[in-house]
Amino acid sequence: MAAKADSILVTEGVSIRFGGLLALAGISLVMRPATITAIIGPNGAGKTTLFNCITGFYRPTEGRIIFRPDGRDVVLNRLPIHKIAQLGVARTYQNIRLFGQMSVLENLLVAQHHFVNHRLISGIFQTRSFRKSEAEAVEQAWFWLEFMGMEQLANQDAGTLPYGQQRRLEVARAMASRPRLICLDEPAAGLNLQESEELNQLILKLREEHGVSVLLIEHHMGVVMSISDHVVVLDHGEVISDGTTEQVQQDERVIKAYLGEEDAEELQSVTKGAG
Amino acid sequence: MYILGQQLINGLILGSIYGLIAIGYTMVYGIIGMINFAHGEIYMISAYLFAIFLALAGVFGIDSLPVALLFTLAFTIIITGLYGFTVERMAYRPLRGSTRLAPLISAIGMSLVLQNFVQLAQGANDQALPPLYHGVLRLGGEEDFVQITHIQIIIVAATVISMAILTYVINNTALGRACRATQQDRTMANLLGINTDWTISLVFVIGASMASVAGVLITFNFGSFNFFIGFVAGIKAFTAAVLGGIGSLPGAMLGGILLGLSESLFAGFVNTDYKDVFAFALLVTVLTFRPTGLLGRPEVEKI
Repeated sequence: MAAKADSILVTEGVSIRFGGLLALAGISLVMRPATITAIIGPNGAGKTTLFNCITGFYRPTEGRIIFRPDGRDVVLNRLPIHKIAQLGVARTYQNIRLFGQMSVLENLLVAQHHFVNHRLISGIFQTRSFRKSEAEAVEQAWFWLEFMGMEQLANQDAGTLPYGQQRRLEVARAMASRPRLICLDEPAAGLNLQESEELNQLILKLREEHGVSVLLIEHHMGVVMSISDHVVVLDHGEVISDGTTEQVQQDERVIKAYLGEEDAEELQSVTKGAG
Repeated sequence: MYILGQQLINGLILGSIYGLIAIGYTMVYGIIGMINFAHGEIYMISAYLFAIFLALAGVFGIDSLPVALLFTLAFTIIITGLYGFTVERMAYRPLRGSTRLAPLISAIGMSLVLQNFVQLAQGANDQALPPLYHGVLRLGGEEDFVQITHIQIIIVAATVISMAILTYVINNTALGRACRATQQDRTMANLLGINTDWTISLVFVIGASMASVAGVLITFNFGSFNFFIGFVAGIKAFTAAVLGGIGSLPGAMLGGILLGLSESLFAGFVNTDYKDVFAFALLVTVLTFRPTGLLGRPEVEKI
């Protein structure tokens, strides 16, 4: 329990089984608040499945997922997806999922649905409380547009933006929902070197300025090693290594998982020979 | 000339009714991609509810016709909305996430259930209301004239008002925004904290309310109905929705008006018996050249 004291997300032996396939086999990890935690691992290791469990899309067969947005424990396992989101868990997808036929600004307003007055009668009669909450939401939306440097695109349809801008808008939209924990699924996928460097700076800035905890799935090791505080390595649905970037980089099991048993031995003999 | 005018007006009235019912088909299709075949029955039920509440208004001693009508309209919309909600909750929500065909079959079943329920509860005979109101507007001379009843004017006005309210709700309220987001990507809307199950329920309630406005208006106009009127009206309104481009709100209204006008003009100038043939031939022609309907967007398959 002591480990939980200073944490934002704790998973305790989370397992999920799809028919005969054990996709996650007892994942236990502790995530500290306002840190950037990367989850890495070979394809099929269970990274996205873990995300889906945290955001409520899948229900773990065993184990508990505990979210601690404000010091109290909330078990996410049985909550509906929108309740988890309202508690402060946001996520982005590997493939972009913006509301393409809505304007950039509206995308950011949808994300604040929980915070605006969404009663039908208030909306029809444009009551004072409706207009006030809308004005606040619009202000918040502009804040994120400025943060991303996208002010001039506010009224454009999201679907017409260039790829790099769509990625930024996805992060902005997730942030507009005022999360305490943001789960980014390969945010750098498809970005060029400069764009992905900009994204790194952006993620660091989110953490610095907004105290949001970031859970990151990323294949791009440059990104992982340069911004993560904590790295968790999954393979075949199990945590095979967990620690700082240096610790994980030197872990033999990680090298084996990435390169395969024989290649790893070969690599070791080569490096030993050289040393 | 006068016949043309008269048929245009009749077509507009018919088209407004088709359009109002078509809204329910198009919105439900837009948000969960299913054809709600029980929607026509919701319209039929609203005709019965109209008669029941009108009688109740009499019992409560509401003598003024406009007051009685507003009272009746309000209660009919509420109870019909409740039917729409219940049908979705009972017959469609449990099947969410199963195959696309399952809710479709469930909808056909629901349609039969509602039809038979009304037949058993209210009898299979035609029901009739006494004519409530006789006001008529005549344009033209003694011999040749275009006749517009005041009720027809009310129908067009009520349709325009309902459409305006709906468009406003969808485009200018937070709830409408949530509906549009849910329509575009339900999972993502859910992940942003929107209760999408609730949003879907809301869409069913809106669709049922629009159908109930149509049911009230048409019963007010013709005064007769039976448990089977939902079938033909449903098929026609569905045709209107497809014609205009299913999923599109203005499309549903446009499709409804076009269908009403073409039916009515064909009946007036060519042949009454073949008016439905003409209407459906029109549908086939439009879909041949524009498979997504007049205002529909080409569907992009979501992954």
